[in-house]
Amino acid sequence: MSGDQSPRLPEGDRPWMMRTYAGHSTAKASNELYRRNLQKGQTGLSVAFDLPTQTGYDPDDELARGEVGKVGVPISHRGDMAALMDGIPLGEMNTSMTINATAAWLLALYIVAAEEQDVAQEQLQGTTQNDIIKEFLARGTYAFPPAASMRLIADMIAYTVEHVPKWNPINICSYHLQEAGATPVQEIAYAMSNAIAVLDGARARVAETHDGANGAGASEAQKLMEQVFGRISFFVNAGVRFVEEHAKLRAMSILWEELGRERYGVQDERHLRFRYGVQVNSLGLTEAQPENNVQRIVLEALAVTLGRDARARAIQLPAWNEALGLPRPWDQQWSLRIQQVLAYETDILEYPDIFEGSIVMDGLVAELLEGARAEMAVVAEHGGAVEAVAYMKGALVDSHRERIRRIESGEQVVVGQNRFTESEDSPLTADAEGGILVVDPAIEAEQIDDVRRWRAERDQGAVDAALARLAELARAEDGKENLMVATIAAARAGATTGEWARTLREVFGSYRAPTGVGEAAAAPADADLSELREEVSRLQQKLGRRPKILVGKPGLDGHSNGAEQIAVRARDAGMDVVYEGIRLTPAQIAASALQEGVHVIGLSILSGSHRELIPTVIEALREAGVSAPVVVGGIIPEQDVAALREAGVAAVYTPKDFDITRIMRDIVELVGAGSPVPVAATGASATGSA
Amino acid sequence: MSEDGGALGARLREGDVSAAPAALNLLESTADEDRRQSAALLKELSPTALEGEATGHVIGVTGPPGAGKSTLLSALLRAWRADGQTVAMLAVDPSSRRSGGSLLGDRARIEFDPSDRDIFIRSTSAGERLGGLAWATRAAAHALAAAFDIVVIETVGVGQAETEVADVADTVVVVVQPGSGDVLQFLKSGIMEIPDVLVITKADLGAIAMRAKRDVGAALRALGSSSTRVLAVSSLSPPQGVEELIAALREHRAGADLDARRLRARRANALSDYTHEHGEHGLRALGGRPAAERLLAEQDPSLDTAALVATLERRAGER
Repeated sequence: MSGDQSPRLPEGDRPWMMRTYAGHSTAKASNELYRRNLQKGQTGLSVAFDLPTQTGYDPDDELARGEVGKVGVPISHRGDMAALMDGIPLGEMNTSMTINATAAWLLALYIVAAEEQDVAQEQLQGTTQNDIIKEFLARGTYAFPPAASMRLIADMIAYTVEHVPKWNPINICSYHLQEAGATPVQEIAYAMSNAIAVLDGARARVAETHDGANGAGASEAQKLMEQVFGRISFFVNAGVRFVEEHAKLRAMSILWEELGRERYGVQDERHLRFRYGVQVNSLGLTEAQPENNVQRIVLEALAVTLGRDARARAIQLPAWNEALGLPRPWDQQWSLRIQQVLAYETDILEYPDIFEGSIVMDGLVAELLEGARAEMAVVAEHGGAVEAVAYMKGALVDSHRERIRRIESGEQVVVGQNRFTESEDSPLTADAEGGILVVDPAIEAEQIDDVRRWRAERDQGAVDAALARLAELARAEDGKENLMVATIAAARAGATTGEWARTLREVFGSYRAPTGVGEAAAAPADADLSELREEVSRLQQKLGRRPKILVGKPGLDGHSNGAEQIAVRARDAGMDVVYEGIRLTPAQIAASALQEGVHVIGLSILSGSHRELIPTVIEALREAGVSAPVVVGGIIPEQDVAALREAGVAAVYTPKDFDITRIMRDIVELVGAGSPVPVAATGASATGSA
Repeated sequence: MSEDGGALGARLREGDVSAAPAALNLLESTADEDRRQSAALLKELSPTALEGEATGHVIGVTGPPGAGKSTLLSALLRAWRADGQTVAMLAVDPSSRRSGGSLLGDRARIEFDPSDRDIFIRSTSAGERLGGLAWATRAAAHALAAAFDIVVIETVGVGQAETEVADVADTVVVVVQPGSGDVLQFLKSGIMEIPDVLVITKADLGAIAMRAKRDVGAALRALGSSSTRVLAVSSLSPPQGVEELIAALREHRAGADLDARRLRARRANALSDYTHEHGEHGLRALGGRPAAERLLAEQDPSLDTAALVATLERRAGER
């Protein structure tokens, strides 16, 4: 920009797309919510699916218990999708779907819903999140093993680039990496490595379908590959250190362009642009003095809007009360209004890039680029992102532990949580439900009836044939059949989410991702822990065995960061830790507790299903004859604590209990207060002699 | 308050697998009263009490991290259960003891039906004891072999690990993945003892797995071992080689002189326990290791490990 020009753009930029991550209870209730949100000036949809839908189970599956309609909307078949989009013109709407393992299925349902509105798939616009590597790393809603998952992604890319050309088939997510504790360097490096794995897979897929050895086929394949590159978008995070966060996004756009040119031979400038949507940071939102989250969210939004050269295409902001429970429509409206004030009241859209030429910004970007390139090289040495999942997971657990250590020690200030904690009572949380949305537990039974009725009323022969065809193609030796067409046919025939996923699970097998806790480094020599270790050692003398704790997550919620940190800290404190990971049934937890002879059980739930699941787990434990105390951690609203205690929970920890060492001390005390040797056998015929 | 060890031992002897968790709680405990109860438990399972050796097949499974042990064990577990066999699995975690604590993650990697009461999986840490399986693990394997059809001891590592397992197991299986050249080197250099069964995983990789199988077979022949079975297995669906592996394990056990092997194991374990308790000084009191071994060899074959340790302690006291 030369000096004699106006510092303003000749014409202000159009605002970014404004969305709210929303959906709960039923398709009908969510449809009403979407329509209201659109009336309030929201410009796109962002669909939150419940965990059974995300992991491929119908509402009547054993694993779905307590989770139906909780963190999102349950969509079991094309009837549900039609109800969800009822009265919303799909030819004009831009819909983002947070869906991964079952993305191919939900896109198929969306395409069929559009057909029913007489809208051709060529017209559809939107995004399926579809990033499975970050599910293995951070979010946990995977369904199939890595190779099969990557194949489904490649199938979707190859299909959409030809038949749904305005669709973004995948959003490479760095968002969840930051939520899992990633540093900015890790966030950039792992997201880019992930993109490489996806693009390499897509390149192979495209080459196969176009006999891309040489001649016309090859140039056609290269042309398509340019389009594929252009359709890959990102879904990023932004924390409260918003200057560095902005630098991170500039660094990502530089790396992306470089990757396109050098690795994939992309020349068209339009395809080389780094496009991203954003949901700003939830990890940093606090339960203590939750009103402070509003200013955090505003500042984080600046990270992705301030500089024009790295501005978000679409933004959704979390609500102020996310650390308390599920947000209500009013809470979400507040966050939409933040976006609207930024876009329509401030002047940020009137200028060219305001950081151009900034020495500080350029320096930050250079620093991040250097770190990210080095970390990308490490991932490449492991053989790429798919092979490096265990390495990256371990690194994230380590970073998160460091973050928690800084907060515990006060090095990192969190206002209202570890500093300036004196507070007046908040009128925001004064109502009977504590200022959050409570999903009616009757919803689950309704949805179970609904899906059973659907199965009874459809043409079963057509469904069976469609699923058999899908299985046959999935099983085909060469793995070259694109599964999208058969998936769309199954959606049209009336198959359910659970049936589609089960068909593929039977072919591909199921999978458990690495937990990362085994890879996490041993604790540094730490004075804070030595006292605790002595206590553990005394407890060991008393028990005769080293204190043993079972840590796991019941239900479908895959957010395992908290459970991992508890597991690592318990080990560092000197306990034997049986870490069971995610998606455990009550029967699994009971069997493990019994067989392992643990002294205490730690359960973590963030999905809001604790009221249903925890009592069931405790019942299963007591039935198995396990008397060890149970502690629960997660997003547990204050008003639910009493009920959990009544069900037999010894202690409940929520996000405001950020000091893990203190939690450990409680647990050690709890075990010490109990019977010296817990009786752990069913039908033990003797009660002992000492 | 301790469990009654004698009663637990009797239940195991009668094949009551539900006694396993409480039995392990006792055997792992170092509290004085628990140790007394442990002794009572093991006494109920001595060769005399059992009128012979425990009937369970103790199988040691070892191999480097990432070789596919957990996936293989999941497949074996399925096949054994389909065949109606009861299975106990002791997963030994080698993690370092800097803090004293350990993360026992193996259980999560093995797939099984949690409502199936004829499967018992216990994770244990290798413990403070260097150069050997924890006392509790050896005692547990012995005790569980009286109640379960199959007892698996899973350890991680290549080199020392299978030597330790060999002191407890009837059959030692080493699991390697194709392309792990270090296993070949360990075999050739003698760092690693020759296993009874060697499994190459990831047979679905095809040519690479077949070449690994040939190489390992050639190395074993060069070392003069003709008895080691080498098998290639794929645990991926559809599994290949799992049935063959199960048959090979069964054949090895049928072919081995089980009584002699168990007896040798008891004597080795007794010496190891004695040395752990009394150290080099204790060994000198017996006139050195060879003298101690001779003394053990003279004892009644039906004596259990505890009785053998007591014999050594008595002799040391006499000298």
